[in-house]
Amino acid sequence: MSFVKLTASTLAIAAVSATAATARDQVQVAGSSTVLPYASIVAEAFGENFDFPTPVVESGGSSAGLKRFCEGVGENTIDIANASRAIREKEIKACAEAGVTDIIEVRIGYDGIVFASDINGNSFEFTPIDWYKALSAEIVVDGKVVANPNKTWADVNPAFPAQPIQAFVPGTKHGTREVFEDKVILAGCEETGDFEVFKHANGDDKKAAEKACISLRNDGLSVDIDGDYTETLARIDSNKDGIGVFGLAFYENNTDKLQVATMSGVVPTTESISTGEYSVSRPLFFYVKKAHIGVIPGLKEFAEFFVVDEVAGPDGPLAEYGLVSDPELEKVQETVSTEATMGDNS
Amino acid sequence: MSDTSQTSSRQGSSLLELSERTKKRNAAEARFRGYGMTAIAIGLIMLMILVFTIISKGVGAFQQTFVTVQVELLADKLDKKGNRNLDDIKKVTTFGYSPLIRAAAETSVEQAGIATDLKSKDIAGLLSKNAAATLREYVVSNPNQIGDTVTFRFLAQSRVDGYLKGRVTRESIANDKNISVAQLDLVDQLVDAGVIQKSFNLAFIFGSDASDARPEAAGIGVSMLGSLFMMMVVLVLALPIGVAASIYLEEFAPQNWLTDIIEVNIANLAAVPSIVFGILGLAVFINYLHLPTSAPLVGGLVLTLMTLPTIIISTRASLKAVPPSIRDAALGVGASKMQAVFHHVLPLAAPGILTGTIIGLAQALGETAPLLLIGMVGFIASNAPDGLASGLLSPNSAMPAQIYEWAKRADPAFYERAWGGIIILLVFLITMNTIAVILRRRFERRW
Repeated sequence: MSFVKLTASTLAIAAVSATAATARDQVQVAGSSTVLPYASIVAEAFGENFDFPTPVVESGGSSAGLKRFCEGVGENTIDIANASRAIREKEIKACAEAGVTDIIEVRIGYDGIVFASDINGNSFEFTPIDWYKALSAEIVVDGKVVANPNKTWADVNPAFPAQPIQAFVPGTKHGTREVFEDKVILAGCEETGDFEVFKHANGDDKKAAEKACISLRNDGLSVDIDGDYTETLARIDSNKDGIGVFGLAFYENNTDKLQVATMSGVVPTTESISTGEYSVSRPLFFYVKKAHIGVIPGLKEFAEFFVVDEVAGPDGPLAEYGLVSDPELEKVQETVSTEATMGDNS
Repeated sequence: MSDTSQTSSRQGSSLLELSERTKKRNAAEARFRGYGMTAIAIGLIMLMILVFTIISKGVGAFQQTFVTVQVELLADKLDKKGNRNLDDIKKVTTFGYSPLIRAAAETSVEQAGIATDLKSKDIAGLLSKNAAATLREYVVSNPNQIGDTVTFRFLAQSRVDGYLKGRVTRESIANDKNISVAQLDLVDQLVDAGVIQKSFNLAFIFGSDASDARPEAAGIGVSMLGSLFMMMVVLVLALPIGVAASIYLEEFAPQNWLTDIIEVNIANLAAVPSIVFGILGLAVFINYLHLPTSAPLVGGLVLTLMTLPTIIISTRASLKAVPPSIRDAALGVGASKMQAVFHHVLPLAAPGILTGTIIGLAQALGETAPLLLIGMVGFIASNAPDGLASGLLSPNSAMPAQIYEWAKRADPAFYERAWGGIIILLVFLITMNTIAVILRRRFERRW
């Protein structure tokens, strides 16, 4: 009998706790693993300085975060999605279908994407063309489209050592991948003039040509990393020929193991990124569900705190960790305080 | 003909001298023993390498570097209106405390009699960014101390900590913008002066998670509570349900095709990968029942599903092991079937049931995969729960999820903490398994 009683009372407790679950008192954030460190730094400082509980920050990638963000309005959906790329039209539509119409877009600053290899290996001075020629599935040789024949970096550019090509690039669920494709591979493709050849071969279809440029080789020389930068670092650790794609902040925390390559002759630093000299950078965002402001305690305060000068400014803790602070931070602060949604901006 | 050939082959054989075939058989046996011993030796070596790696990499997390600093709590910075009103004092954010910390760091270097050309910003850079938070917390809880000079033991920055632990060297920081060689020189002098000291790191065992900027402040305590609450849910749900199900199946249910199917399915469920239960938990508990995400209650429910088959199988096995004569005797003296089961069979099977439960719990404790899907991985374990309801419902992580999260972070200091977390997790698992073994040894009866 005692077991029956115990089971019954257990179920009762579970039911009672489930009904008590209606009020959520902390902000919930999810999304890009690139933004995660910054969001967690702000969340921690927010918890220390305000009487609200520390917000919860989950990772999982920009796309996954935005997907959860667009699931609907209500306490069991997240309040803020972090993204290392701007929200897509498709996602705005999906959001609207689920009832998430008023979205506040907040740009927190810029992040550099760097190319780094083992500290004791060869050092490289890349240009986008090198990466395109090394990693694209098909390239143009003597006017003809052929499967990428390059096996070593010396094949790509005679100035490089004859080190086998082994690249670890972010997987497709990462926002970093999109920037890598756009600002490196596609840029290289256009610069070599191969873009025109692809366009011609595809019947003047620009989209198809772009796709041909950015589809990476799948013969094992380019490896998609779906995990975090630590996984990329581990791969380089075990394969000294490997060259990986990292965020600037990650590289700066691991300068004892990695050496960074220049891109078009520029060394990536927060300064060279903020001046725009170093080209491979992208803005970082977070998106706030306006419908949750006033419902979830501390949401607006958290969003405002994220972009105050003391936090996101050039001397703040975010910049110290590796974020390139937004030169137009005042505008961003205004967006947050007036709760201007994306529709209002355009 | 065959008889003669047999006798001829035995001719000349002696008891003292082994025949070819016997020699071969003996050799085969010796070889097999050799294989077995090699297998065990390889296993032991692997285990030793594993334990050695874990301990050598993780033991550093239990030590932490502290800096003793005297901070003057300047009234004009902390309480500009001078009315000691708590609301006004709270308006000063942690950023407002950094001038105090800079000044304090500079004076403590002076007091130690060390001359340095470093700016106060660089000297304060040896301290953890957590220092301002510690200081503010102290001031908010002791507002009457404003104006006094108070001695604090702040955490040192992770690079300084790594330097004292040998992880960071002068060569390795050549390109590091977080610390310079001049700062390390100052650290050496401060260590000699006794200002910087290494001591046992209680905060690692009981503290909460910290953000990426201050790995030195991260602790596993809050996620340990998360694991504890989850285990509570698992125990409270899985034990009664599992035991009731197995008693019914073993003692009362008729043997027919339906119970056969149930039996086969339970055995299959035990082999289902845990991530499947995670997806199920996401779909049912969060998306359908609208339970909060990242809550230990949901984690516990998911792990309950995972643990149930283990408990049912081990309970049924131990019920089966109770000899039928005991049931017969009970029924013979007039007990009802239920009395026979609950008064006689169940107590005798209890040690086996408990052992199975503890092993099931230990399995659930080490599980990460299902927690990934219900949002228990990330920067989550930052608020210590203040009671049963918040323990079950407010977001929290679990020990293995926290370890996974640390292993992903950029700063190498988190890596050390991940290994340290593994040590704590292993201690828990070993304790639970030891209890299971002791229970089995002391209470199990054989017939």
